[in-house]
Amino acid sequence: MYSDNDDPRFLPSPYGAPRRYDEGSYRPDRGTTAVVLGLGVLAGAAGYAWYQAATRNRVGHRPPDDAPGRTSRQSRYGNYAVTGRTVTINKPRAELYRFWRSFQNLPQFMENLHDVREVGDVTEWTIRAPLDREVTVRTRIVQDVEGEMISWRSIEGSDIDTEGKVTFRDAPADRGTEVEAIIAYVPPAGELGRWVAKAFQAEPAIQGRRELRRLKMLMETGEIATNANRKTA
Amino acid sequence: MRALTWQGKHDVRVETMPDPEIVNPRDAIIKVTSTAICGSDLHLYDGVIPGVLAGDILGHEFMGEVVETGPKSTLKKGQRVVVPFTISCGKCFFCEQSLYSACDNSNPADKQDISEKLYGHAMSALFGYSHLTGGYPGGQAEYVRVPFSDVGPIVIPDGMDDDEVLFLSDILPTGWMAAENCDIKPGDTVAVWGCGPVGLFAVQSAFVMGAGKVIAIDEYPGRLALARKMGAEVIDFKQTNVLEALMEMSGGMGPDAVIDAVGMEAHGMAPDTILDNIKQTVGVGADSAHALREAIMAVRKGGRLSIPGVYGGFLDKFPLGALMEKGLQVRTGQTHVQRYTKDLLRRIGEGELDTTFMISHRLPLEEAARGYESFRFNQNEWTKVVLKPGTETI
Repeated sequence: MYSDNDDPRFLPSPYGAPRRYDEGSYRPDRGTTAVVLGLGVLAGAAGYAWYQAATRNRVGHRPPDDAPGRTSRQSRYGNYAVTGRTVTINKPRAELYRFWRSFQNLPQFMENLHDVREVGDVTEWTIRAPLDREVTVRTRIVQDVEGEMISWRSIEGSDIDTEGKVTFRDAPADRGTEVEAIIAYVPPAGELGRWVAKAFQAEPAIQGRRELRRLKMLMETGEIATNANRKTA
Repeated sequence: MRALTWQGKHDVRVETMPDPEIVNPRDAIIKVTSTAICGSDLHLYDGVIPGVLAGDILGHEFMGEVVETGPKSTLKKGQRVVVPFTISCGKCFFCEQSLYSACDNSNPADKQDISEKLYGHAMSALFGYSHLTGGYPGGQAEYVRVPFSDVGPIVIPDGMDDDEVLFLSDILPTGWMAAENCDIKPGDTVAVWGCGPVGLFAVQSAFVMGAGKVIAIDEYPGRLALARKMGAEVIDFKQTNVLEALMEMSGGMGPDAVIDAVGMEAHGMAPDTILDNIKQTVGVGADSAHALREAIMAVRKGGRLSIPGVYGGFLDKFPLGALMEKGLQVRTGQTHVQRYTKDLLRRIGEGELDTTFMISHRLPLEEAARGYESFRFNQNEWTKVVLKPGTETI
């Protein structure tokens, strides 16, 4: 009967060291195996890429499609970074427009918005930023169409160069209203720029979608969901 | 208050936590009289569900007495209620379609990000589960804050015991929806993988919906005996080749509909299970799905596949070819509990459904940790554990 002990390959080496490749039975070490496997994978990938290149349907010119510009694979437009999000809210268009147009309501669902002051036709937004700092954005309304859209642009003296727009459209099949908010902004440079970038580069997208979710909760259910078991966490 | 908290894999403890209070206008506070350990709590116990934090209060099957109400709650102090495990606002598009477990508004805004990444969309919040589903403190506690209390809880009439109605919170509607998802025609043959509480309720529900034959599959004689008591024919997968047996027991056609009531922690020694489990242990690929693969292979051509079993992540070696080529219909999802509670309460009251047969153990809340351990490691005898807060001995 076969036993490991009879197989010369399994006899202990008299030197106590692993056999070399030329000592009879060759057993590759892990490094060698990895290299061989790696080369194999590379060769496979190269072959696949060649096959794709040789056989795919080529498209020379791509005309614009119907998707919103901000979903383009390019994420910046000139100096501006653009972020936006659409949410369907089960409420009439007019009601949502009115709620948004009273800017004093916005801090109810925008967590980082500290304070909103309206001085003449200029609105001052005090926004909480990282490192316990605050930025003040001064904007003027560019367009205001009752029940449909509000757009704004920052003015001289604003800490951030930004513009934005919120539109309200009837959702299909009586589902309420499609609310679309878009913000474009120039990430400022310098020391200011570092933390603004930190606050905005990653965050406007995240903050924006969270804010729209909270707006939806507030409008549809009358409250903003929380898993807190007590009022003061 | 005292509450069962998750501390880590196979480590749960009853600790003293702050009492909940009314936070939002539609909240109510429930004083828990009965709460059960669910099979899906064992996924948390085994540490295979992401987003569970040390100190989280578990439990999503509970009922009790209303002790406090917010200004917009429609409940009244003193009412006895069963609370659905799904938290649903009742106002969004999904709730209006009775797709309560897809509610848009119960999962806090900052908790939706991860599940949106993982699943494409965030689902409703659930009590006492992962932070992916809201991280709401659960029902294995003396008191629970119940959001949207005007939508979820169902008021229980006097004269019905806790034991009769407690399972309206999850496993009875889950078993019922599992059978409903099979679209059962009179005389159909239905096969059910897993004779835990959901599987057993699915067996019972399938018969109510007109199934001619239900075949239940498990490895524990204790659980198979309960399935048989419900009228099912049973297969012990440790002694029988399930695929062959199902073909032979369905006239060579395969069952008309199949139910995977096992989910992501399929056991056994099949090669795919072993691989799945290794990957689950090292954190690559979350799901072990032997039952699901077998169900897809077993079901007849053009048949129906219902998946009440919980899955959380990704799966490979999935028999997609069989699914497509055989033209199967798949229906699944977390249970839309609120859709079923009223009808099922009536059926319990009329004696059409028996809910108490599967309770094997009743323990004080203080002994919850022992309940978890036994339910996990002695599945043959421990089929369902009900915890009673506020009692010393039972």
